[in-house]
Amino acid sequence: MIKTDTIIIGAGPTGLFAVHQLGIIGLKCEVIDNLDRPGGQCIELYPDKPIYDIPGIPECTGEELTKGLLKQIKPFKNNFHLGQRVEEIKQENNFWVIKTNKGNLFSAPNIIIAGGVGSFEPRKLSIKDAEKFESKQIFYSVTQKNLFNNKKISIFGGGDSALDWALELSKSSEITLIHRRNEFRGAAHTLSEIKKKEKEGKIIVKTPYNLKSIIGDKTMSAIEIEHEDGKLEKIKTDYVLSFFGLIMKLGPIVDWGLNINKKTIPVSTENFQTNKDGIFAIGDICHYPGKLKLILSGFHEAALAARACFKRARPNETYRFEFTTASKSIHERLGLKND
Amino acid sequence: MAKITYISYEGKKNTVEVASGLSVMEGAIQNNVEGIDADCGGSMACATCHVYVPENWLNRLEKPQDAEQDMIDMAYEPKKNSRLSCQIIVSNELDGLEVITPSKQT
Repeated sequence: MIKTDTIIIGAGPTGLFAVHQLGIIGLKCEVIDNLDRPGGQCIELYPDKPIYDIPGIPECTGEELTKGLLKQIKPFKNNFHLGQRVEEIKQENNFWVIKTNKGNLFSAPNIIIAGGVGSFEPRKLSIKDAEKFESKQIFYSVTQKNLFNNKKISIFGGGDSALDWALELSKSSEITLIHRRNEFRGAAHTLSEIKKKEKEGKIIVKTPYNLKSIIGDKTMSAIEIEHEDGKLEKIKTDYVLSFFGLIMKLGPIVDWGLNINKKTIPVSTENFQTNKDGIFAIGDICHYPGKLKLILSGFHEAALAARACFKRARPNETYRFEFTTASKSIHERLGLKND
Repeated sequence: MAKITYISYEGKKNTVEVASGLSVMEGAIQNNVEGIDADCGGSMACATCHVYVPENWLNRLEKPQDAEQDMIDMAYEPKKNSRLSCQIIVSNELDGLEVITPSKQT
C-alpha cells in the first residue's frame, strides 16, 4: 500500500498542474492514469494541434504544453502509475483507499479526480460476434507481432496506426487494408510506401468498404466486407486488426458514490470538493454554474483544490498563503538555492 | 434562428429552435436532445457528435474540411452522408434541417 497526501487520478494538463500546486504547498502526491504516458487529451487527441489560449503562451501544441508541465513539476519528484485504471475507492476512517486494475493499492486523505471525459479505450468493432473473437482473432492493438507471421491479416482504419501496421506486417504476412473511403490520412511517405506495396502485391487495398460480418463459429475463417454501393465480398482472414482511434469512457467513476450529472461531477466552486469529503474533481470532469471546459479553468480549479487538500492532509497545521516569488519555503521545495 | 429536427435511429423526431451561429451539436446539447455525446466539446477530436444528413440537405451544407473527414473515419458506422454536427453552423438558411443520429456514438 502506497501512502501519500493526495492521489491524483488523471495525468492530463489539469492533473499535472495539480501536482505543482500540491508541491509548492509541501504536499506529496501519486498520479494514476490509464494511458501509458502523461498528457491526457493533449497528448492523445491533439499532440500536434496548436493551442492559443494558455495565458502567457501565445501558441503551443498539446505535446509542448505537456512537456512544459512535466518540466514544471520535476522538482516535486512525484510518482506516475501509468497504464492502469482506478477500479475501486473505499473509505477507511479519514482515509481513502484506491485499488487499480493492476491490483495496486493507495491510501490518502485526499483524492483529486482530474479524469477529463474518462479513460481512453480503443473504439471497438460494433458488429455481432466481434466481442466473442476479441483478443483471440480480433485485436485493437499489436502486442505480440509474431502471432501474425505468415497469416492472413485484415486491417481496418484509415489513419497512421492502420497504415503503419499494414506496412510493418506486410513483411511477413498477407495484408488486406480496408477503409470506408478512398482517401487515407497518413504521412506522405507512408502513403507512397503503401502504394508501392500494393503494386508489388504485398498489400491488397479495399476501399470504400466497411466490415459487414464475421464468418466462422468457433474460429473466424473469413470476413465479409461491404462496398459503399452495397456489393459484398468475402475475404479469408486469420486475424482482424482494427484501428478506429480512442474513445473516452467514464468507466468505474460512476460506481464511487459520487453525484454524477451527464458524465460530469458537480463540485463546490469554493474548493472543488464533490459530495464526498476529501474527494475533489477538477478539469473537464467537474461541473458548476458557468463551467468552461478550458485548460486554464482546470489550472485555477487545481490551485483551489490543492489548498483544500492541505486541511485534510495536515489537520494540525495552519495553511499560510505564500507567493512563489518571495517564499523561502517554496523556493526550497522547488530545489532553488536561496540567496 | 432555425428549426432543426433531430431524428433518432428509431425514427423519433425532436424539433428545436437553434440560434444562428451555434452548431447543430450545441443545439442538441443545450436542448437535451439524446443521441449526441460531443465528448470533446466541439474541437473535432472525438467523432461522438456524428450524424447522418439526408441527401436533400447534404449539398446545401458547406463541404466538410479534410480534418472532419479524417475524424469521421473514427465514427461509429460512418456512411457517405456522415457529418460531425459540431461542424455544421446554424443559419437562417438551415431552417428545417433534419439530421439523423446513429444508434450509438461509440
